Parts: sequence; C-alpha cells; structure tokens
Amino acid sequence: MIAEFGLAALWLAAALAAFQLIAGSLALTERGEGLAGAVRPVAVVQGLLTAIAFVALILVFARTDLSVKLVAMNSHSMKPLIFKIAGAWGNHEGSMLLWVTVMSLAGGFVALVERRLPERTMLATLAGQAFVSLGFYAFLLISSNPFERLDPVPAEGNGLNPLLQDLGLAFHPPTLYLGYVGLSVAFSFAIGALITREVGPAFARAMRPWVLAAWIFLTLGITAGSYWAYYELGWGGWWFWDPVENASLMPWLAATALLHSASVLAARNALRAWTVMLGVVAFSMSMIGTFLVRSGILTSVHAFAVDPERGSFILVLLAIYIGGALTLFGLRAATVTEGERFAPVSREGALVINNVALCAILGIVLFGTLYPLVTEAFDTKVSVGPPYFNPMGAVFFVPMLLVLMVGPLLRWRRDSLARVRPAIIAAGLAILAAVIAVLLVGGVGVLPFIGLVLAVGLAVASVMPLRGRNLRRTPLAVWGMVLAHLGIAVALFGMASESAFSVERLVALREGESATVGPWTVRLDAVEPVAGPNWTALEARMTARYKDGGGSMLLPQARSFWAPPQQTTESALKTRWNGQLYTVLGGESPGQTGPGRWQVRLWWKPFVTLIWYGGLLIGLGGVLALIGRTASDIRRVIARDKIAYRRERQNR
Amino acid sequence: MSGTGQDKAAKTGRWMIWLPLVLFAAFVALVMIGLFRPAPREVASTLIDKPMPEFDLPPGLPGRPGLASADLKGGEPHLVNIFASWCLPCRVEAPQLERLAAMGVPVEGISVRDRTADLQQFLATYGDPFERIGADDDGQVQLALGSSGVPETYVIDGKGVIRYQHIGEIRAEDIPMILEKLEEARR
Repeated sequence: MIAEFGLAALWLAAALAAFQLIAGSLALTERGEGLAGAVRPVAVVQGLLTAIAFVALILVFARTDLSVKLVAMNSHSMKPLIFKIAGAWGNHEGSMLLWVTVMSLAGGFVALVERRLPERTMLATLAGQAFVSLGFYAFLLISSNPFERLDPVPAEGNGLNPLLQDLGLAFHPPTLYLGYVGLSVAFSFAIGALITREVGPAFARAMRPWVLAAWIFLTLGITAGSYWAYYELGWGGWWFWDPVENASLMPWLAATALLHSASVLAARNALRAWTVMLGVVAFSMSMIGTFLVRSGILTSVHAFAVDPERGSFILVLLAIYIGGALTLFGLRAATVTEGERFAPVSREGALVINNVALCAILGIVLFGTLYPLVTEAFDTKVSVGPPYFNPMGAVFFVPMLLVLMVGPLLRWRRDSLARVRPAIIAAGLAILAAVIAVLLVGGVGVLPFIGLVLAVGLAVASVMPLRGRNLRRTPLAVWGMVLAHLGIAVALFGMASESAFSVERLVALREGESATVGPWTVRLDAVEPVAGPNWTALEARMTARYKDGGGSMLLPQARSFWAPPQQTTESALKTRWNGQLYTVLGGESPGQTGPGRWQVRLWWKPFVTLIWYGGLLIGLGGVLALIGRTASDIRRVIARDKIAYRRERQNR
Repeated sequence: MSGTGQDKAAKTGRWMIWLPLVLFAAFVALVMIGLFRPAPREVASTLIDKPMPEFDLPPGLPGRPGLASADLKGGEPHLVNIFASWCLPCRVEAPQLERLAAMGVPVEGISVRDRTADLQQFLATYGDPFERIGADDDGQVQLALGSSGVPETYVIDGKGVIRYQHIGEIRAEDIPMILEKLEEARR
C-alpha cells in the first residue's frame, strides 16, 4: 500500500513537472501571461510530492517489506534499523529517487523564496528546472521504478553490500546528492538568463547563494567520502583517483570556479558569458559523473547499475540537456560576451587565473577518467592513477596557490603588487622558513615538498585580508573567504605530510609480541572471534604506546558478512593531535613462520587528520559566506520593498 | 576556453563559444562506443562451462591423498570446496558438507594457506567430509580459479568442467539446489 502510494505521488509530481514546463514557457509569451501565477505554486507542490515518495521508500525499507523488489534485492530483516533506512538510497533505484527528490525540492525552494530576479527570468528558470526534472522522472518511472512489487514474496532479502554497511553511508551520499543536484539550480538559472538575455550582476547575485549551498554540501560530502574510504577500505589511503571520486571532484572544481567568476560578475559585471557557461558546465559535470559511474562504463565499486539499457537512457538525457544547453549558450553567448574591462593585476585578473587553473584541473581529471575508455575503444586496457593525476594537477594547482596568496588583497579593476608588498613579504618569509625546516628533516619527495612549503605560505597569506580590519565589523563573507582559503592550506598540509612522512609496516605477530612503527609500539594481546548481527569477525586486541606514554587499546577486525558473503576489514585508529595510528588485522600468517602468527598492518600518518579538518574549514567558510550574503540580500530586498511601498503611497 | 579579456574572445572568433559543445559531442561519441561494446565484466559466470584449471596439489594431511585436476575427470560429478581452518563461515557450512557427503556426494577439499596442525584440529572439531584434500599453500589454485574468497564451492561434472560456482558458505536451505546442480552435471 505504501509503495503504491509513493508511486502515485511520483507520477503526480511528474505530471506537475510537465505542467510547470508548459505553463512556464507559455507565460513568457504575450498570450500566456495569465499562467505566470501558477508556476511557482506548482513547483512547490511538485517538490512536496517527491518528498512524500521518498519517505514512502524509506518506510518500506524500514519495515523490510520484502514484497517490494528493491527491498528484497538490497535489504535483509536482520540488518540494524539505521542501515535498513540507509539501504533505501544505497542502490541504483533509490539513489535516483533521491536525486529526483532533491532536484524538485530545490526547484520548489527556489520558487518559494527567490525574489531577486526579474519575474520573466524566474519563469524561464523554473521551466528549465521542470524540463530537466522531467527527464529524470521519465528515467525513474520507465526504467528504474523503485516501488516495483515482487511475486511471490521471498522469505528473506539479499542483504546490502557490507562495505556500505557503515554509518558513513547513512550520510555521505545524501550530502553529495544535495551538492550534485543543487547545482541543477545554477543550470536552470543559466538557461533562464540565456533565454531572457538578462545576464548581469542581479543574475550573479541571485545565483550565487544557490551555488554556494550546493558547493558546501559537495565539499562536506567529498570530505566525508574521503574519510570513509580511508577507514573502511583498510588500505590506509584517503584518495584513490577512482572514477567515482573523480565524479564528485569534477562538479566541485566547476562549482568552485563558478563561485569565483560569479563574484566577478556580481561586483564588476564582467566575465558574463564565462559565468553562464560555468553554470551550465557545473551541473553537466554532476550528470556526466553520475552517468560514468552508474552506467558501469567505467568499472567501479559504486557501479550499482551495470546495465546498458539504463546507460543509454541516461546518455540520451545527457545529450538532450547538456547538448541543448550548450547549443543555447552558443546561440546566445555572442550577445552577452561584452563586459567591463580590467587590468591584469587586479582582483578580476587574479580570479580569472583561478578560473583558468580550476578549469584546467577539471579538464585533466576528466581526461584521466575517460582515458581508459579511449584506449578500450582500441582494445587496450589501462588504468590511470596518481602518477598521472598528481603531477599534471600540480602544474596548474601550484600557480593557482601562488596567485591565491595575493589575489584576495587586490582591488577591483586595477591595482599594483607594490601595494600588497607587506603581505607578499610575510608569505615569502613563511615559505622560506618552511623550506629550511623541511630540508632539515630531509628525505621528502618533490611534490610533498612543494605541498608542505606552499601550505605554510598560504596559511599565512590567507589570513592577510583580515589585517588592518576591525574584526567585529568585518563582513561574514570576508570571514568565510579567509576560512575557506585557510582550509585549503590546512588540507594541503595534511595531504603533503601524509605522503611525505607516513611510515608503514607489515608484521607477523604472535599473541604477546610487539612491533614498532614510527614513534609507536604496538603489542598484539589477543585475537578472538566476535559476532555481530549479520557478521562474524576475528578481532585483535592491541595495546599501542606513543613513545613512553600510557597504552591505549585498539580493536581492528577482519569481518565476514554472510548476506551477501563478503569479507571486510575494520581498521582501528588512534588519533593524536599530530597524526593517526592506523591498524589493520589481516589473516593468520601463512608460510613457515610457525603457528599462531597474525598478519598486522600498521601505519603512522603524521598530521593526516588535517586533510579532513581542512575540508571542514572550507565548508565552514562556505557556510559563513552563505549566511553573510543571504542576510545582506534579504536586507536589500526589504529595503527595495519599502521604497516601492512608499512610492506607491506617494502616488496615491 | 578561457574567458581572459572579453575583447580578445570576441576577436579570436565565435568558434570558441561552440567549443564546449564540440567537446561534449566528442564525449558522447566516445561513450557510445564504450556503451555498445560487449564488455566481459561478469567475474563469476565466466567460469561456468570452462574446464577446471590444471593443478596437482600435495596432500593437506599426511597419509591422505592430495588433489589433482585429473582426479575430477573420472566420469562422476564432484563438489570441490575451497576452505581454510582460519575461515569462520567455513565452520558454519561444515554440517552441510557432512550431510552432502553422507548422501554419497564425493566432496573434495582445497585448503587455502593453511597448516597441517590447524587443519587436523579443524576437521576433528567440525567434521571431515572430504575424500581428498589438496593443500593450496600459496593460493595459486584459488587465484587460477578466480575465486574471490573462502569458502567457495564448485560443482564439477564428470569431464572436469565447472558447472556451478557457489560463493560463500553453503547453508541448510542451499542443499536441494546443490543436489539439483549435481544432477544436472550428471546429464
């Protein structure tokens, strides 16, 4: 019953989306103006209906209603409740429903609150949003119906991929989806502005908070995903340049570029066509990334739907939306390219370098992700990894960081480097000190070296915009920028330190024996079997001592799940302010070393946690900027309404 | 693709504006090729109807026969069970293997990365349904089979061809299905 209810809500929402598209388009013509009033309410109701459908799906999963095919395929009655609920979106159909839900909720929210744009552009935007949603409704209802029933009802479900049975899963994909799909708003804004030819500061100001919100979710989602991969996969790495990671990184890069170019457009009415194009590209990257991952065209752990039929369906959608939007851009961009001019050394100049570098990195990542596909077309299987991505990315990342050190200090239009000399000197001294310090430690590779040194320089430079300001009266948006840039420095330091100073040991220990890794001494006390709700495991009890400090207990596990059967490692971590001890229990040691030896893998990773703290800082910076910008926009709207009200009264 | 200097972009020509669309078209073309080429991605099913890889494993226990691929070509279907004493699910499936053996099904074992003493203790505790046990100490046969973990069980027909692969432990409710697969392999 619940399932049918959810399906009905979904069909109704799809019908409303069709209506929203038609009404929104007609309202732009002279004869259809009467329809304009209906568009916003329809968008809101459409959002609510999809939310109802999504809640229905969560309910059938929470109750383990095995008559629903999706539940039978992906859940199990013995699973803890939180993972039953998370299972609702831990599969292809459910995650597509989440996608559609977020998209129409975002559209509804825009319809409800957005008052900064001319109404005609707003109508075109909402029509655009409905147009994009419609394709995904079709995909969901025709080829990925999450509410399909199963007859006969099976006695038990198939379970959920044990790797995904982790609290990280409960929050990581929804967060990322809010980011991916939130960018659809920017996409629709770009389409709306292209249709009505209203590309200007008002457009940029209206679009910016939506991009910012999506970008915050993307940042947090990527950060959480990276940490999840780090502790759950048990390989001790935090970024693998896996297609799915790249799929989340590419929209982030595009959205970051878009945020920066939108601020140029908002403040200086320059970079108009470029900003519109980034608006289209950012969401296109979300769609392309999702397509690449979900179509199974690139093999990846996250490929839920390895199915050419679905793949071609999404490809058709991509061709229509991205191809259509880029064609519209090509047709209209010629009329909007002109903008204000600026000198090379200026805030705009720095932001242009930022944009070019971000887009170049985006191109590098995209090329690296697609390259295996290119060679496969010629029958060679390759995989592209860190040896390509790291140095190629650095070629653009390093100059971008150098510009980032001074960019925020420059004035709009025209400035000279001499004016910001004190800041340059401070950053330069910090870099020099870091160079000496790292050389004294020694044995650091080229890229980690550059990373460490630039991180220190950037950390100093990033707080420079606060110099000489009254900190209490500094706008929140400036605080946000400073925090986000500082977050880049912090994360970079963590990444460089992890790759420069990590110590790894693989040892075979008997119970009672010890091993050292870096400053730690780890003793294997015992290995015992333990059992969970749907798994059994071997658990090692270890005592770890930092130098001569007190011992702390670590309990890494090697787990065997039985529905579906799969083995996972549960690493155990001990965090200190200056790094993390990472322990993994392998199997019992094979070979001639005698009985009772256990394979234990130990890592000491100095300052590795800074990677994720940096990510959080970047996200927090975004939150501050969002609050600051929204507050000032609301103030502006209220002031405008007051003026309009007074005028009205005076006229009377 | 850069937007540096609007005047420059205007001069270098309108074609720059179409560049994103051209790149996207190239992407679509590339993906079409990838999407409509049949790609061998199924891991499990590729083993079905393939002959067992050639191997000759030493005995896992002193005084008992080892296991060679030639042993599986005697005309009778066999079950080949990949197991290890350190594997917990293997303990769960032990009673089922015993039952199958009691029904007269020849059950062969391949013990992976194991030691004689542990193996003896495992078989003493959980039962010993095996006719032969081959010791795959370096995991080479397991790799050649493309097995992803322990336990795993294969139904091999009388000519040494793999007819069915069971990933994970055999549970009580799986027994009728396994018997059916053996019956099919007999035909």
